Amino acid sequence: MSRRPCVAALVGNPNAGKSALFNALTGARQKIANYPGVTVERKAGRMLLPNGEPVELVDLPGSYGLHATTSPDEEVTRRVVMGEQEGQARPDVLVIVLDSSNLEQHLVFAQEVLELGRPTVVALNMVDLAERDGLVLDPAALSAALGVPVIPTVAVRRRGLDDLAAAVAAARDAVVEQPLARPHVTLPERRMLAHEMAQGAILSETRKHRIHARMDRVLLHPWAGPPILFALLFVVFQAVFSWATPFADAIDAGFSAIGDWVRAEIPPSLARDLLTDGVIAGVGAVIVFLPQILILFFFILTMEATGYMARAAFLMDRLMAGVGLSGRSFIPLLSSFACAVPGIMSTRSITDPKDRLTTILIAPLMTCSARLPVYAVIIAAFIPNRMVGPVGLQGLVLFTLYVAGIIGAMVVALVLRRSVTRGAASGFIMELPKYQLPTVKDLALGLFQRAWVFLRRAGTMIFTVTVALWVLLNFPRAEPGQDQVNASIAGHIANGLAVVVEPIGFNRDIALALIPAMAAREVAVSSLATTYAVGAADEDQQGRQLGDQLKARWSLATALAFLAWFVFAPQCMSTIAVTRRETNGWKWPGFMLAYLFGLAYLFAGATYWTAVALGLG
Amino acid sequence: MTLDQLPLGSSARIAAVDWTLLVPEEAQRLRALGLDEGAQVTLAYRGVFLGRDPLAIEIGRMTVALRRAHARAMTVETTHAPQAA
Repeated sequence: MSRRPCVAALVGNPNAGKSALFNALTGARQKIANYPGVTVERKAGRMLLPNGEPVELVDLPGSYGLHATTSPDEEVTRRVVMGEQEGQARPDVLVIVLDSSNLEQHLVFAQEVLELGRPTVVALNMVDLAERDGLVLDPAALSAALGVPVIPTVAVRRRGLDDLAAAVAAARDAVVEQPLARPHVTLPERRMLAHEMAQGAILSETRKHRIHARMDRVLLHPWAGPPILFALLFVVFQAVFSWATPFADAIDAGFSAIGDWVRAEIPPSLARDLLTDGVIAGVGAVIVFLPQILILFFFILTMEATGYMARAAFLMDRLMAGVGLSGRSFIPLLSSFACAVPGIMSTRSITDPKDRLTTILIAPLMTCSARLPVYAVIIAAFIPNRMVGPVGLQGLVLFTLYVAGIIGAMVVALVLRRSVTRGAASGFIMELPKYQLPTVKDLALGLFQRAWVFLRRAGTMIFTVTVALWVLLNFPRAEPGQDQVNASIAGHIANGLAVVVEPIGFNRDIALALIPAMAAREVAVSSLATTYAVGAADEDQQGRQLGDQLKARWSLATALAFLAWFVFAPQCMSTIAVTRRETNGWKWPGFMLAYLFGLAYLFAGATYWTAVALGLG
Repeated sequence: MTLDQLPLGSSARIAAVDWTLLVPEEAQRLRALGLDEGAQVTLAYRGVFLGRDPLAIEIGRMTVALRRAHARAMTVETTHAPQAA
């Protein structure tokens, strides 16, 4: 009978440097998936033992204890260690990862793991940082105290990795001892023991001025800290907003060129149209997000790896606490002003599941860049370009739309926190990790993984919806002389939809434009242009001509209602796809669609009725 | 005196914790981080906006962020005046 491959698991407190050690041990050969039924990520990779035998290494979420778990992450760690996790074989060897400069704390959890009596190896990680702080440790003394091998490691410098692999091999082959007969150790007793063991392992300790304390004195300074944070966020925001644009435009142009080339090479047919307008456009709709995702995650991963992310959350916590969230929600929400897709993906750094869910649900209310083309066309057409006091009226309306989204998000967060995502929030209790220089390799690996997860999970759905929309717009085929869009399934849906949206001032043309705009909001513009037969060489001209058409056909009340609609309407399949991926099911994207369309209808309606009452109808 | 009233930069020992003021998850998280009776803590930093919340507490070689509401549950005895170290 062939033996199943050996499984080893990395366990330890948060900030013990587990992920860096995991990356160093497994290289780029990693598999990322979700554990069944939860949104906790399972990271596994292949590590080689000294004899060349492969071992499946699992990187477990950081945890503070096996018995009193306070988050889904900790619960998964407990279940895997206990061998109770569905879809995960019980690890043959446990590798406890300790932060050398924080032994007293990390040895508390280590004792809990050791009491299980399983084959265990301890990685005394980040010994270099401890030495930088003037702390020299004796691994042999710690090993004697714990009764298991202790290997000093520096994951980022690849020090101690071979020794660790050898220790894992030895632990697996060793005769398993019985669990220690000390089942009822209390937390204070463990803490006392941890203190004794930590003190016993110290060879020398000089109270050097610790670098991270000096950095915190600046970065958490009441006057200096927030301006530094805002300056940094400004750069991040600028980068996601504008640096990504040339790349996104190039990708757009590239896929249009491919489409044109196919159109030129292949004789006209329905299959050709499916290929160009469905498949190629669908792939393009996915790839176009990559520049923003990569740029945002470059900053986020760097901030996390250096330890600054926790400080940013610390500085912003008070502001977010006002609406029942924590400082950790700030950066995902800010990113969502550029695009909700990377914003929602970055909510992974929010540890509390309720906080995270609330943040995901309100992220689409931040006015993203895709709304701008819609706003621009309508505002230019309907809002007179004149000054109101010192400010321009058009700019004021645009600003109002941004503010409406922010206020909407705050109110929704408050309501959700008291209803759907109610629960004992873990508040805001977290360790501020030590400052560290990130390694290029870890950053690159993290970026690659984020991009890959997006392409594979969200991408497949975005692609499917694009093709489905193409089918809706192209079948059944129009009779000669008949307009294809009107004759299509979408055209028939628009007839029904027109009845529903009529009370909020929308005509059938708008109803028809809203259907393809499910792909992305800005599609509403091109789709209206098609409906009103606006054909123009360049975008500026198209915008102006479309504006003239709209002005002739819509009332001001309708136009304002249309703007209010897009403040709320979740018309972005990529956001929905990424929400499904991040919440691991259809429940929350379904909820998001329902509540946002509800709000959009309500507010577009309120805007329309108010405008009509004021005589603008 | 409770932990939230501790002057910035001063050290104290946690004398008692009123766990009933905290929801169970928060209590567990605080204990897991070592914020429990007998712990030696220093108030290192405070938030900037409205009410100077949250707080950053040094405990051992670790810095832990928590909110004033949590600190209010912890009674402390001052051991060092500010800047005494």
